[in-house]
Amino acid sequence: MPQTVTNITLSNGLQVMLKEIHTAPIISNWVWYRVGSRDEIPGITGVSHWVEHMQFKGTQQFPAGVLDKAVSRDGGMWNAFTYMDWTTYFETMPADKIDLGSRLEADRMVNSVFDADEVASERTVIISERQGNENHPLFQLGEAVQAAAFRVHPYHHEIVGDLADLKTISRDDLYRHYKSYYQPNNAVLVMTGDFETESMLARIQELFEVIPSGETPLRRARPEPQPRGELRLVVEGPGETAFVQDTYRAPAATDPDFFPFVVLDSLLTGPSSLNLFGGGISNKTSRLYRGLVEGELAVSIQGDLPATIDPFVYTITATVHPQRQPDDVIRAMDDEIKRAQDEIPSPEALARAVKQAKALFAYGSESITNQGFWLGFTEMFASMDWFDQYLDNLAAVTPEDVQRIAQTYLRPQNRVLGTYLPTGNGEVSL
Amino acid sequence: MITHSHSALPGADDITREQLENGIVVLTRPNFNSPSVMVSGYLAAGGIFDPAEKLGLADFTASALMRGTHKRDFQSIYDALESAGASLGFSGATHTASFNGKALAEDLPLLLELLTEALLEPVFPGQQVARLKAQLLTGLAMRAQDTHEMASLTFDQIVYANHPYGRPEDGFPETVEKIHREDLIDFHKKHYGPQGMVISIVGAVKPVDAVQWVRAALGNWKNPDQPQPPELPALTPLVDSVTQKFSIPGKSQSDVVVGAAGPARSAPDFIAASLGNSVLGQFGMMGRIGDVVREQAGLAYYAYSGLSGGLGPGPWSVAAGVDPENVDEAVDLICAEIERFVTQPVSAEELSDSQANFVGRLPLALESNGGVAGALLNLERYDLGLDYYRDYAEQINAVTVEDVLAAAQHYLDPNKLAIAIAGP
Repeated sequence: MPQTVTNITLSNGLQVMLKEIHTAPIISNWVWYRVGSRDEIPGITGVSHWVEHMQFKGTQQFPAGVLDKAVSRDGGMWNAFTYMDWTTYFETMPADKIDLGSRLEADRMVNSVFDADEVASERTVIISERQGNENHPLFQLGEAVQAAAFRVHPYHHEIVGDLADLKTISRDDLYRHYKSYYQPNNAVLVMTGDFETESMLARIQELFEVIPSGETPLRRARPEPQPRGELRLVVEGPGETAFVQDTYRAPAATDPDFFPFVVLDSLLTGPSSLNLFGGGISNKTSRLYRGLVEGELAVSIQGDLPATIDPFVYTITATVHPQRQPDDVIRAMDDEIKRAQDEIPSPEALARAVKQAKALFAYGSESITNQGFWLGFTEMFASMDWFDQYLDNLAAVTPEDVQRIAQTYLRPQNRVLGTYLPTGNGEVSL
Repeated sequence: MITHSHSALPGADDITREQLENGIVVLTRPNFNSPSVMVSGYLAAGGIFDPAEKLGLADFTASALMRGTHKRDFQSIYDALESAGASLGFSGATHTASFNGKALAEDLPLLLELLTEALLEPVFPGQQVARLKAQLLTGLAMRAQDTHEMASLTFDQIVYANHPYGRPEDGFPETVEKIHREDLIDFHKKHYGPQGMVISIVGAVKPVDAVQWVRAALGNWKNPDQPQPPELPALTPLVDSVTQKFSIPGKSQSDVVVGAAGPARSAPDFIAASLGNSVLGQFGMMGRIGDVVREQAGLAYYAYSGLSGGLGPGPWSVAAGVDPENVDEAVDLICAEIERFVTQPVSAEELSDSQANFVGRLPLALESNGGVAGALLNLERYDLGLDYYRDYAEQINAVTVEDVLAAAQHYLDPNKLAIAIAGP
């Protein structure tokens, strides 16, 4: 957990968070933008992710191919991620080289070129990325379930975007999106690692404070109405393996119900970690693993409760046992959920979930990059306090809270249930 | 207490290496900046011992070790682990069975206790074995649908015909079907033992304690009949380029893998080949291959080259995921880049870029306990010496563009490439 974080806002609105960590001669530099697939309307789905790709295509100062070589030459690691609620860029580098990361982030906050030829060649790259995803049954199923769960809200579509839009989004669409959202007053800069705060802050001011603030972009995600009954759907595709995705409308990350939901998920499907780097632990003593996998109805089980700005969905994914049918799995899932609604869990089970969360934090804190991720990530949907108080909030959850969450959220009226039915090898007619 | 407030690269002065009387090698390096401990290691119980008709046996055995011991059943094992927020897992590879575990420092004794039980006293309960078998078979059914995995597997079968590297360590559905509980018991009895076992412990633990724990837990383990791993047979070189396609109907994208057998880690030109590989398909946004296939032609989301090294001649190959309509174009571009790579030396600038990258990235690679634990295992596995990381820069910077060209020509012949494609 962070001990001392310097958290200030520059005159142009750029929020800066600095945390010194002197365990290795490394610095991780992150710039987070408040934009993601949540900010997209039909016709430009996937534009946020595509803008992220274009951010690697160069500026006047750092033309395409220069940036990546410069970072690599210094032994750095860099990447970017586009999510529903945010887009982020990072460089982790030897401490004495981080200035390059700072300079390039300041530069591409406003100076990316979006060359038309680069847009054209990136179009096929992004379509290829989508096709790669489509090869996986769980992407196909997840896309269908998400679209059914959100009719109005932009969580409806996948981050990569719909193929129709990937074929038609123009250079101007991309550039407009970039210019609207890539503003210092719509960004958070995070730095963790082996530096001295005062001088680093001065350098950040020098590089970033000259960027004028812009009009704060409107974030106008349309709220999703309450679901009015269970939806069930089937996706068919090649393969021999069936999958079930059981999803329920979930609370936003800042909703007080989120923390008891984290505990409920931990009991049902095992502990999840907030680590981007640092890994997780197994879930073989979770209730659904015991009921479904030990019961030989499924061969694996997994839960996912993402921390999001608006209510998203809680997803339980099961890989169906080859000798069983999806309905067998669904019945057993429903039995376990009913048990969670009928029975108050033991205090020991809750204490165990907290201990697991503590261990996962310890693993994640070994990585300076991961610590940088944590700070910016929580700022995108809440604030650093959310992160600071995460373990305390989990520890404060009562057994009654957990039961109430199961009763409130895991109701059929709140549910979209998806099944992937394999059509075998060579028998598919697409 | 030993602290590394600014941890330097691991070296002989801060790595403890001790060989127990029964042959087990313990490597440990303290890191009190973290409250956790990583335990990694391997044993000489890999798939190289698998009979052809029961391919996947070593991997199955490793995966089944934690399904029950003389002291605990499956749920008790995982209850102990997961209650502590700890993890432990085994998996099989060609040469070794390996394990990885981590725990908060206070739970290290528990982790080592469970590791010891799983290694020495597994019972392979019948019901658990059947359950695991269904899981493994499902994994293989999913593999058969994965274009990337099937392209790699097809590639291996071309390059490593009649060689253990051509056989997937997780086997095939028909070979895993034939594996029964007795096979696991026999494999464990015969091949699990201290000879060739290495364990690496990194984190908030004093070296003397780490060694003492391993000695107490595993110091008396014996298996006098444990066989030595067989020598690898010679490779049969390709006489022509060979193209094979594995068809998976209904998929949106094809994966291609192009290349040949590369150097073993112990080959004198391994480092030159690695630096060359970086130029070819790693450096920056995936080197020359990324530049040509992704950046210029826009053909693929991913395109890179990889060189694995290892105890034997692991693959040196280029991989890309492309639209099924563009497979031929992508393969032509890749082959042209390989041709250029073996006919013209890389530029001095390209080489120095990759050299700087190899040296500069080391602190990042060795940042976490897991990174250091893996690095210590490599020192032992490939007999690199405890000061390898301290001397690393010197070794890297000694490589010349002529060395890289010679290594490229040694392993890659544009007229003798394996070209594997999996897709619709």
